[in-house]
Amino acid sequence: MPFCSKHLLGIEYLSDLEITSLLDEADRYVALNRSDAKHSKIFTGVTQINMFFENSTRTQASFEIAGKRLGADVMNMAMQASSIKKGETLIDTALTLNAMNPDLLVVRHPHSGAVNLLAEKVNCSVINAGDGAHEHPTQALLDALTIRRAKGRLHRLSIAICGDINHSRVARSNILLLGKMGNRIRLIGPSTLMPKGIEDFGVEVFENPKDGLKDVDVVMMLRLQKERMDGGFIPSEREYYHRFGLDHEKLSFAKKDAIIMHPGPMNRGVEIDGTLADDINRSVIQEQVEMGVAVRMAIIESLIKSQQTKIIKVLK
Amino acid sequence: MKSNFLLTNATLIDPKLEDTYIGALEIRNGVIFKIHKGYPNIKIKTIDCGGKYLAPGIIDIGVKICEPGERHKESFKSAGQAAAAGGVTTMITRPDTLPPIDSPEILSFMHQRRSDASLVNIFPMATLTKNREGREMVEMGFLLDSGAIAFSDGDLVITDLKILTRALTYAKSLDALVVGHIQEPTLSQGATSTSGKFASLRGLPSVSVIAEKIGLERDLSIIEMTGTKYHIDQISSEVSLPALVRAKTRNIDVTAGVSIHHLTLNELDIGDYKTFFKVKPPLRSEQDRVSMVEAVSGGIIDIISSMHTPQDEESKRLPFEEAASGAVALETLLPAALRLYHSKSITINKLWAALTLNPAKRFGLTSGRLEEGCPADLVLFDPELPFIIDRETLKSKSKNTPFDGHRMQGRVLKTFVAGEEVYSG
Repeated sequence: MPFCSKHLLGIEYLSDLEITSLLDEADRYVALNRSDAKHSKIFTGVTQINMFFENSTRTQASFEIAGKRLGADVMNMAMQASSIKKGETLIDTALTLNAMNPDLLVVRHPHSGAVNLLAEKVNCSVINAGDGAHEHPTQALLDALTIRRAKGRLHRLSIAICGDINHSRVARSNILLLGKMGNRIRLIGPSTLMPKGIEDFGVEVFENPKDGLKDVDVVMMLRLQKERMDGGFIPSEREYYHRFGLDHEKLSFAKKDAIIMHPGPMNRGVEIDGTLADDINRSVIQEQVEMGVAVRMAIIESLIKSQQTKIIKVLK
Repeated sequence: MKSNFLLTNATLIDPKLEDTYIGALEIRNGVIFKIHKGYPNIKIKTIDCGGKYLAPGIIDIGVKICEPGERHKESFKSAGQAAAAGGVTTMITRPDTLPPIDSPEILSFMHQRRSDASLVNIFPMATLTKNREGREMVEMGFLLDSGAIAFSDGDLVITDLKILTRALTYAKSLDALVVGHIQEPTLSQGATSTSGKFASLRGLPSVSVIAEKIGLERDLSIIEMTGTKYHIDQISSEVSLPALVRAKTRNIDVTAGVSIHHLTLNELDIGDYKTFFKVKPPLRSEQDRVSMVEAVSGGIIDIISSMHTPQDEESKRLPFEEAASGAVALETLLPAALRLYHSKSITINKLWAALTLNPAKRFGLTSGRLEEGCPADLVLFDPELPFIIDRETLKSKSKNTPFDGHRMQGRVLKTFVAGEEVYSG
């Protein structure tokens, strides 16, 4: 069953078949992106607006490249500097942009649920590029594609997600996606950074990385935000690295061919050892970035095509 | 000269009794002159109730009327109309207005405004500390003389225990009632939902129910020492109940309330970030909701209130974390409460005691009873009549009800205040 919804707001709303079909589409774009002629003209005339209410470099760039490679007109709006500062509400901003008839809005917002709210108010498709501590569906999809290409499958794998689960939308989307695809998920981190009720998500929780990493196929590290290091959630950066940072010793408990992932940007020496991150035999961090563009192209394609199909249906 | 009449062929709910009975009420000069069992034969203007339920009107504690300060959200007039339509005959209002009701001068402004605007009885509470800042106590003596019925800082908690202890001691010396909010603020600050699977899935900042238990135990310790008459505005979680039961068995002068929303909704109703379900304290788990219903049925929680909190569209049309808390409920309190009766969770008489008799006793009012000589503040309702709530038809100026589109069973037919009909549906 191909993915044919109006919006991509979260992994929660996707089925395993839709996920597989999106990843299959994305696989095709990986090949295109590696060729010399990366440009496709299928969506010439389509307008994509990137609205980022929170700082982002890589995600925004990835969406911009994805849109441009499909021939869309892409506009970036740095919302922090704009009318929001003048007191305009999220809905008014959305309605203003909506009036310019875009086909696609890519939205990141610091508050959970803000993208859902915005999607209710506009006519075009909306992609959630991260909302608060809720979801970051394109990141989970690009992680899934990376795992599938490295491991040859996306089911019956043992996958560890390590670090600040509580504040992480990447973790939530990944838990949902990897769970839907039938994988064993292990969460590793200090209990102060573990969300309440997380055991009910069908995951195993570990406080000791050596237990948690035992025989896993994939080690997914999360970024620890600087502002969480002030003694409120963990005592110090160095204690965190000592207990939870990924180093050679801790990694030795995982399978010999386990891959290392990180959504970036990395804090070397805080959550991950610098040499491990650069180890081309273990680390797939650069592949993740590459897959990001392909996955986003596949998502944009599916959303625009499903809009066009609906128009044809209405005309008939 | 008030009209005299007979309300006959009614199913009477006397909250002091265990069961309803068929009877008639003879109303003279605004009071219940005589209660007749069966079908009396008196020559007087007669209203046939058609066998529907006739009961004391609801006494709703903690109603927010947004005067002074935010009259566009709710005025005395609109709140009075909403109350009358909802079978609420007495509103005990919150002092968390702009500015707060913390001086006899502001209270006297309220008295002037309420008398020319409201259809139903209004008794205002005043704040416990000046500007609700938790630093200096208000002039409780003057405020009592000016008609303050109780003292409360609303949903703000006094964190300085010396000040709280002194204020409670002073209140005791005046035999004044204090209404407290018990969510420990260092834990609950910034939280918009209850810790657990749902909040984690939605990525919302959350607070553990322990914040309520800690706040409750803190306040109980102090009032055990000071002896102050104390009412807890809202209990919402199961973990708080043991401390409350202990306090009551030790004869601490404490009563507790619960909002209708915590009795009829749970955290899952928030769904995809519906801000009309954002209330304070946040909606709890289903387990907590069931425990609250049982606690009302078992008499551990004394009072059900609407916690009527009007918010305009703008303050709700925001991402969940930024949106304002609170829900309007004057008009939906009665039908929502009847859900508990229809689900056989609680008898109609016990339900009515929590809506009328218990708040009347606690706040020293003569209404809320079905007794000869008591004010004829009454509600006539059909407990079976089904309808769907449409928020646009609410009489409140603000339409922020979580029950929009909900199916309800039970509707107000007539409301009387002091023998005068103030609503007819």
